[in-house]
Amino acid sequence: MTTTVHAPLADAVTPEQAATWKRWLRQMLLIRRFEEKAGEAYSLGRIGGFCHLYIGQEAVAVGTISCLRPDDHITCSYREHGQALARGISARAVMAELFGKAAGCSRGKGGSMHLFDASLGFWGGHGIVGGHIPLTTGMAFAIKYRKGDQVAACFFGEAAVNNGAFHEALNMAALWKLPAIYICENNRYGMGTALERASAVYDISERAQSYDMAKEAVDGQDLLAVRDAMGRAVARARAEHLPTLLEVRTYRFMGHSMSDPIHGHYRTREEVEEQRARDPIALWAQRLVADGILTDGEVKVMDAEVVAEVEDSYAFADAAPDPEPDELYTDVYAPRA
Amino acid sequence: MPTLTYRDALNQALREEMARDDRVFLMGEEVGLYQGAYKVSRGLLDEFGPMRVVDTPITELGFAGVGVGAAMTGLRPVIEFMTWNFALLAIDQLVNGAAKLRYMSGGQVAVPIVFRGPGGAALQLAAQHSQAFESYYAHVPGLKVVAPATPADAKGLLKAAIRDDDPVVFIEGEMLYNTKGEVPEGEVVTPIGRADVKRAGGDVTLVCHSKTVGTCLRAAEQLAEQGIQAEVLDLRTIRPLDVAAILASVEKTHRCVVAEEGWPFAGVGAQVVDEIQRAIFDELDAPVLRVTGADVPMPYNRHLEKLAKVDAAKVVAAARKVLYLE
Repeated sequence: MTTTVHAPLADAVTPEQAATWKRWLRQMLLIRRFEEKAGEAYSLGRIGGFCHLYIGQEAVAVGTISCLRPDDHITCSYREHGQALARGISARAVMAELFGKAAGCSRGKGGSMHLFDASLGFWGGHGIVGGHIPLTTGMAFAIKYRKGDQVAACFFGEAAVNNGAFHEALNMAALWKLPAIYICENNRYGMGTALERASAVYDISERAQSYDMAKEAVDGQDLLAVRDAMGRAVARARAEHLPTLLEVRTYRFMGHSMSDPIHGHYRTREEVEEQRARDPIALWAQRLVADGILTDGEVKVMDAEVVAEVEDSYAFADAAPDPEPDELYTDVYAPRA
Repeated sequence: MPTLTYRDALNQALREEMARDDRVFLMGEEVGLYQGAYKVSRGLLDEFGPMRVVDTPITELGFAGVGVGAAMTGLRPVIEFMTWNFALLAIDQLVNGAAKLRYMSGGQVAVPIVFRGPGGAALQLAAQHSQAFESYYAHVPGLKVVAPATPADAKGLLKAAIRDDDPVVFIEGEMLYNTKGEVPEGEVVTPIGRADVKRAGGDVTLVCHSKTVGTCLRAAEQLAEQGIQAEVLDLRTIRPLDVAAILASVEKTHRCVVAEEGWPFAGVGAQVVDEIQRAIFDELDAPVLRVTGADVPMPYNRHLEKLAKVDAAKVVAAARKVLYLE
């Protein structure tokens, strides 16, 4: 795994750089506070269905997506609130979607697992484990077909690498030299099954060797390490049109979904507490403070702003109208010309 | 009008559409260098090059998904399955992906893609290679399902499918590739969703599609020798179903037989019967009968296989029954 020894940030600081660092902190805080609110809304019955929270993995979405251009493509699994926010879908549009409202980013027809914004190249949360990985290969194929220089990034959990779709998609991406980045968010558990109980190979990045594909494993709680690794993968895809398997080792602080336990038969309370000590947001905030980029007080102000933004999204979603009944039958097929 | 095989009519449609629209590409097993397992793609690699005629590994789930992803981002893929039997490995990409993305995204995502290849039984290929899948896919909102019977319809409907903005499941008849028929030259686009009267008659309606169209035409000949005029209605498209054409014919004949290669349970014919009984129950002079493949996995033995398949004699017998002649 890539471990990074960081030089003090202040050595290189410019006002623009400092603003960027603060923006990443704000994005991670937004995801954290948003997810806390979503969990609360779920418990109150305001959000239905399944709801898979991203708490603990914020540095992965922010670290990777901040390396992408607006015209790049993203597909995700069903644990995708964080990526949607990091890509720039508004908290209002995401929260309204979780509430099933017409103002949601999928007009209330997708829900938590199916967030979309085509204008941002955000091609969905997908609910079948691994099923969306070939879509990314297809988007990368389309980029090559058009001789473009975009990249297609795919987020999935470590449990997805045991399914056939992963293998088939990565094989073709390597065979055809496609600009795809397969981001495996290894949060250690596929629902309640630990990696070691599901995969014969514990180092997920090693799987890339099956396809003669570039690989990297990186500490997912370290924002800059994630960014550095993603930056290398993006450069490889854009300049050389080659795919990468990027394993980001992170941890799911919450249960698999809102209806699942945080710890229990499958992992201990002590393990969760130990992992929570490496909170990616706290680690990044501490670095910014230690290096003099931000003060503790400024972090608190930023957090308060983010909480207000989330509260606003909740109020917005709460007040927003449901889709009209006739929406039931729209969007099944293309509108008739 | 030139006479073409069904295979060459499909080839013409692909060639014309690829020449017309550079977003259209063909992908699948053996479609390029090998010229197609059934030679539908003969010559296309030479004409359009390897970026537009793409040989894949044997990876149905994978390349079906590649097609969906490419379609989501603006291309118009034609994905060839060597047979629809193998496409079961890819059904998640069709049902959970292609069919639902427009809806789940609130209308933001279009998936203009054609999945095509041969379906139905050939000869003694046994259980895993002899099955009709129309009803599987027709069950799914978001998919269109087309199954042409003649070279002219094969060409016109494939062109329409490629131009369609929705995912189209295009099921060719494995036993039809060598059949010949007149195909109009030039720009012929046959609308999806319209049935076609292949033979007019006033005594009984034979509803059919794909390979059973030929079966029903043969049955109609035999019935004519007995003084019975059968109308052969080729559905051509299973979804959206041309209900108006079915009702119009049955309102005229008052008797109906539905023939299909697939299994009887929850088959295409079950839907046809339901449409008829709901809309024009009082027009019927007899219960609608169905002639289907036997409700078993296809046996290898040729005598047993023959028993399992739809044939003209079975259609004739059913027609005589709805006419109360037996």
